Amino acid sequence: MDFSDTPEEAAYRKAARDWLAAHAPKHNFPVKMHEPDFLPRAKLWQAEKAAAGYACITWPKEWGGQGGTAVQNVIFLQEEQPYDAPVQAFTVGLGMCLPTVMTLSDEETKQRFVGPGIRGEEVWCQLFSEPSGGSDVASVRTRAVRAEDDSGDWIINGQKVWTSGAHHADFGIIITRTDPDAPKHKGMTMFWVDMRDPGVEVRPIHQMSGGSHFNEVFLTEVRVKDSQRLGAVNEGWKASLVTLMNERLTVSGGGHANWGQFLQAAREVVGGDGASALQDRALREKLADWYVQAEGLKHTRNRTMTALSKGETPGPENSIGKLVLTTYVQELANQAVEMMDQYGIIADPALTPLRGVLQAAALSSPGSRLAGGTDEILRNIIAERVLGLPGEIRLDKSVAFKDLPTGR
Amino acid sequence: MNFDFSDDQKFLKAEARKFLEANSPTTRVRTVLNDDATPHDAALWKAVGEQGWLGAAIPEAYGGLGLGHLELCVIAEELGRSLAPIPFASTVYFLAESVMLAGDEAQKADILPRIAAGEVIGALATSEGPGVVGPATVGATVSGGWLSGVKLPVTDGGIADLALVLAKENGQAGLYLVDLNGAGVSRETLTTLDPTRDAAKLTFKDAPAQRLGAAGEGFPLLEQVLDRAAVLLAFEQCGGADRALEMARDYALERYAFGRVIGSYQAIKHKLADMYIKNQVARSNAYYGAWALNTSAPELPVAASAARIAACEAYWYAAKENIETHGGIGFTWEMDCHLYYRRSRQLALVAGAPRVWKERLVSHLERRNAA
Amino acid sequence: MDFKDTPEEAAYRAQVRDWLTANAPKHGFPLDTSKPDYMPRAKVWQAEKAAAGYACITWPKDWGGQGGTPVQNVIYAEEEGPYQTPSALFSIGLGMCLPTVMTVADEATKTRFVGPAMRGEEIWCQLFSEPSGGSDVAAVRTRAVRSDDGSGDWIINGQKVWTTGAQFSDYGIIITRTDPDVPKHKGMTMFWVDMRDPGVEVRPIHQMSGGSKFNEVFITDVRVKDSQRLGAVGDGWKVSLVTLMNERLSVSGVRPPGWPAFLDAARATPEAMQDRALREKLADWYVQAEGLRHTRNRTMTALSKGETPGPESSIGKIVLTDYLHDLSSEAVDMLDQYGIIDDPALSPANAAPQAMWVGNPGLRLAGGTDEILRNIIAERVLGLPGDIRVDKDVAFKDMPRGR
Repeated sequence: MDFSDTPEEAAYRKAARDWLAAHAPKHNFPVKMHEPDFLPRAKLWQAEKAAAGYACITWPKEWGGQGGTAVQNVIFLQEEQPYDAPVQAFTVGLGMCLPTVMTLSDEETKQRFVGPGIRGEEVWCQLFSEPSGGSDVASVRTRAVRAEDDSGDWIINGQKVWTSGAHHADFGIIITRTDPDAPKHKGMTMFWVDMRDPGVEVRPIHQMSGGSHFNEVFLTEVRVKDSQRLGAVNEGWKASLVTLMNERLTVSGGGHANWGQFLQAAREVVGGDGASALQDRALREKLADWYVQAEGLKHTRNRTMTALSKGETPGPENSIGKLVLTTYVQELANQAVEMMDQYGIIADPALTPLRGVLQAAALSSPGSRLAGGTDEILRNIIAERVLGLPGEIRLDKSVAFKDLPTGR
Repeated sequence: MNFDFSDDQKFLKAEARKFLEANSPTTRVRTVLNDDATPHDAALWKAVGEQGWLGAAIPEAYGGLGLGHLELCVIAEELGRSLAPIPFASTVYFLAESVMLAGDEAQKADILPRIAAGEVIGALATSEGPGVVGPATVGATVSGGWLSGVKLPVTDGGIADLALVLAKENGQAGLYLVDLNGAGVSRETLTTLDPTRDAAKLTFKDAPAQRLGAAGEGFPLLEQVLDRAAVLLAFEQCGGADRALEMARDYALERYAFGRVIGSYQAIKHKLADMYIKNQVARSNAYYGAWALNTSAPELPVAASAARIAACEAYWYAAKENIETHGGIGFTWEMDCHLYYRRSRQLALVAGAPRVWKERLVSHLERRNAA
Repeated sequence: MDFKDTPEEAAYRAQVRDWLTANAPKHGFPLDTSKPDYMPRAKVWQAEKAAAGYACITWPKDWGGQGGTPVQNVIYAEEEGPYQTPSALFSIGLGMCLPTVMTVADEATKTRFVGPAMRGEEIWCQLFSEPSGGSDVAAVRTRAVRSDDGSGDWIINGQKVWTTGAQFSDYGIIITRTDPDVPKHKGMTMFWVDMRDPGVEVRPIHQMSGGSKFNEVFITDVRVKDSQRLGAVGDGWKVSLVTLMNERLSVSGVRPPGWPAFLDAARATPEAMQDRALREKLADWYVQAEGLRHTRNRTMTALSKGETPGPESSIGKIVLTDYLHDLSSEAVDMLDQYGIIDDPALSPANAAPQAMWVGNPGLRLAGGTDEILRNIIAERVLGLPGDIRVDKDVAFKDMPRGR
């Protein structure tokens, strides 16, 4: 048991580190998503990575990848992370959309899209969630019907929601309902769409935290060719599983509020008795608990990495990550705000310890608990896939979609 | 990155499980539970000695197998899983580790081979009353090589041969070896929350005592010993917590209510998912503790604290929710659920309660993240 | 808003207090449950209460009650509580069994049983739970079949479990399955049985906490007359709802020890009482306990005004057992290594935290698991839909089941 790289991994890490040291600093990252030059600068960096083979390390060489291992990918991400590069513009496209295209579409489509995608020239988004279906991805109501002119084209109408990066995207993969008379998992079809189509309207969603990372996308009479279809007609559910499986494989880095920030803030907060909040044993106990959670996650990732490094399939333990993280971050952020007493209400970075990051985390943490699967759905997944408990009794498996009870 | 046990260690773990399933089924644990005259499973203790586990981490020069602490960790996990009612922790994690850390050559040569051979049962005697052990709570004294005082509770104190006793000599705390079969020692059995483990009140009256380690180094040495033991105990706790989760899962799959297995209800599914999450957080922290223990890394105090805190929490949650999942039958004496419930507390208290470890952890973090 | 009794309530309380002062002390409560004279002495007290009209305050005068209000009942329970009387022995009979008998039995049966039960001469138990059905009361497998001799009698075979007081009982009400070919809620019938019948065998259940408050009851070829039937054939579920509704109305005077026990134990460890982490937890537990106390006050107020109490009282058991679990484990941990000692002679607060810690898992299960109680709040209070049921339209014999 040790934490060192194998000789091969160490060599790979060194090459990645050298390359990053030579290329990343001149970009002067970070650049924030709301800044006007975010996208051009992100694209420039992606092109440079692609040229060096670092854009999609695990992809086959013929498609511009390195044919590398999952561990090499993680090593590169670890080394890249300190530079704070704007990689998030491409994660949905390269992590989910293009793997779906590469699995399901014809040679010509692949040739057309994979290269530009990898080089960051074209950005992709994923049009899955709808207002009526959050956890229930298959309750898609966006309709695609054949055009009446015998062209074989399809006309799409409907609404998608929670689409990350739709405002930056050139293309999207979309799941639609093509047969409402079939049970819900059997009447869906997937396409790719041009996000510049005049029938596509993107509106930002204003989050409770004040930011706008997601969008609503309204689709009105968007005509797509049958060649834009991904997979067979009415087999959209299978196609979406390809996409979602790839989602699970992407390794997220990502900054979040952490115990170190809490410790630092606690040291700065001095109470009426002249002692810092860090001397309060009640807070110290909580700090210990959060540290244990964070370490638990870190070393769970190390176990996963080890399995990958040995060429084994990682165990199911990695499935705990998001639940543990978002739960403890929410608790930590709110405890931090409370620790500042009346002053905790101030959200102005200029006036608040640690420039208000903990206040910001208190507001964003409810969203983190929802995005990518609610706590409840994730617990079901652990109970069913890991522990082997039965699934919920489903009422929607054998009923025609149009006959399913719906809410608003 | 190789954050895993080796194939040999995994093989040892599998063998240990087979051995304990055959030699320490819960029916045997119940003998200790129900019979006051049977303070531990002496036959299992002998068999465990014959397996060489007592000397797994003791160097070959002192009669051990000379394996590392990672081997001890996998054995610990299986002991915890099987609820083995034997003085393994007292003898191996506390006594043997202390002697290896601080014993002089004569002490090592005298004690370690006897531990490895299964001839000595150890015990650690630090507590004298309710509350956290510290310099102010040590009433036992040593003068001219004679130790006097009262210690309780002492886990395995009723069956141990050699105790490591926290006492003061000239006002300075130290750890002293006392032969419990010798003069000046009397023992009284205690009633505890976990009758599957022995505990006693030890009264010393001018008992011959021999200091372990340097004068005045009692507490620093005790901390080192507890750090090492905390990691090994965490593995016992992970083993028990995983077994409690398995019991709950199996029962949830076979018990019907309202025409469905109860494991199909979200209230039960989410409870079991939470057990799994806590168990994995505990396991990952325990692995890091194992690495720190095995390499004697400077991170050990922090890693051991985290391992202990996570393991206490996971075992407590798994043990109590296992009973709840079983319903009324889980509250009966005949079901095994309460054996895990009781052991979860025994392990949470034997090296000091989680509260103390949280404070130690944060003190370390505070220094590490100095302003 | 105030906490005072109304003038009428105050008068009732004064009268109760005077009577208790005059009559309770001479009995030397609390009685030792392990002594052979426990039962006769408990019965003497019950007879005395009955003679004074305090045995079943809310029952009609015709049946020996006072025709009193629920508030008077609560007032009496509050005043009697400090004397630590053995009233629990009679609570199932008077709180659940006899009200069922009074609701569904014929006049002769009522006349036969009500008086002796009220006077404590006869003790009753309730034979509902079975090994295969804890939360799911309707999963009854104990069979009652008509005797084939044309007598109209029924022969009962089966097993009941978690029966409180079965070892002391003279009679029991029992729910049985009489028709396994119809859906489960429709094929049950209720009877009363003589617990002295040679076919009734009572075995104590050994709890993990060491005690044995409950029993298994094995019923082998117990013959009962058709006149022992309570309610119509096949109506057992409806009748059991009468019993269970009465269970919900019975007010318990027993309060488990809470945060004061923690403070008691904390005296032994002054360092711990200075620990802000423990002080915060103590504050939380106090708030939980007060929340329960004042929820009871709200219920009392509704009763006092003659209104139906709101659903808020349904939070009681979940809040209580949740906080006691937390409190007892913290109280044990606070003592550090010493906390493992479970000896009243050695442990602070007479080892009350240790006893609470061992007993709590049972408290959490008895009278409905946390999960069932949360379902009840979600469904009956908040109006959320019930779980999807797969057992409503299937013949009982065709239902999937485990062991």
